[in-house]
Formats: sequence, structure tokens, C-alpha cells
Amino acid sequence: MKLKLRYFAWVRERVGKPEEVVEVPSNVATVGELMTWLATRGEEYAYAFKNLNVIRAAIDQRHVRADAAIDKAGEIAFFPPMTGG
Amino acid sequence: MKATVRLQREQFDAAAETAKLGRGRVDIGALVTFTGVCRGDEDGEPIAALTLEHYPGMAESEIERHVAEAAERWPLLGVTVIHRHGRILPGEDIVLVATASSHRQAAFAAAEFLMDYLKTRAPFWKQVEKADGKTWVNAKATDDAAAERWAAPERQRETAE
Repeated sequence: MKLKLRYFAWVRERVGKPEEVVEVPSNVATVGELMTWLATRGEEYAYAFKNLNVIRAAIDQRHVRADAAIDKAGEIAFFPPMTGG
Repeated sequence: MKATVRLQREQFDAAAETAKLGRGRVDIGALVTFTGVCRGDEDGEPIAALTLEHYPGMAESEIERHVAEAAERWPLLGVTVIHRHGRILPGEDIVLVATASSHRQAAFAAAEFLMDYLKTRAPFWKQVEKADGKTWVNAKATDDAAAERWAAPERQRETAE
């Protein structure tokens, strides 16, 4: 499955790009599994996805938890806890 | 209810925005405004600037969703939220939340609710620029706790589990 991924703040800096389209293996079903798979894609990904507990995710611009299914996702974003306001 | 949500790079005039919310109306009895300002220091060290990164599209929709939720929870007559992004200098405003209602309780509560959610749920990230380089600001547990107290009982239980 092809997925559009977006990265923000230090996740973006560590991965080294703001967005990309990736071909995700069919056994990756949830956001948490997607992060674990991404961490295996190279040193920069391993660094970005080292501590999965601190990374937040959104599917199609809505906050989701790590157990959210990705099969209907158009765009998935990963970012650190938010610090706006 | 009149709701204005705006994200922008440019500075805004908090007084003018607040005046706009109440202009020509006699039903508003309470107008609460909160302005978040960029401090000139972080952990006792001077800073050169803050840079705010955001997720375009999601930032607007998250704020609009929470404004709609505030309007369901309190009898509001108007809400304005303006959030800046990009590079912000010490002394400049970062965010404005203004809430209008007939009475003060609703206006105070809604403004605090919106700020607590902006801090923890709106996709913005602050980076501090100091003499020795740039660092990302860490999220504060106290901000999470502040937002959590507005959550419905079911959600609080879920989080506790």
C-alpha cells in the first residue's frame, strides 16, 4: 500500500525530509506498527523513531493513537508532543 | 455565534481584534481576552527568537473543532482565536484568545479551555533560538494536566487505565 507520510519539528529534522510517499508492507496494519517498520528503514529513521512513546500521530489531519488502523489513511503525520499557544 | 480563527505570520493588534468582537452589540456582558507573549528568556538564558512550526490545515481544523466544542459547553456570543507561526521576537504576541458571553463565568472558562487545548492538541511546535543554537521546546506535563481536567469523565477514565 502506498502512503503519504509527513513529518514535523524534530521528527522532520531527524528523518531529513518534510514528507514522502512510501510503499508499506501488507503486514503493517496500525500506526504503531508503521512506526516500528519506519525505524528499520535506515539510521535517520531509527533515530527519529527511537522512542515511540513520545511520538504523536495524525491520520488525515486528526489525532490518532498508536492502535489506529492505517488501511483507510490518505496521509499520516508524525510529530513530537505539541507546544503551541 | 461569531467565530474567527486565523493563523498568520504577521503580528496582530490584540486590542483591535477584541474591539471587533464586541462592536455594535449590546448582548455581550463579558469579554475575556488572553494574549500569549514571547518572553525574552528561557531557563534563565536570553533568547533571540522563537520559531513556530505548524501543520497547515490540521492546525486550523483542530482550533475550529475546539471553538465549536467551547460553544457547545458554554453560552458564548463570540470567539476569536489568532495564532502566529514563523519567527517571533521577544515582546511580540504569539496567540490571542478572546471570548464573549453575557456573563463572565462562561467567558473565563471558555478562554481557559481553549488555551489549555491550544497548548496540547493544536499542531504547533516551538523552537527557541539562543546564542549557541536552536532547540525544540519540550512539552510540559503541567500543560497536559491542565487540558485533561476539561476531558469528559469517560476519557479521563480511559487515560487512567
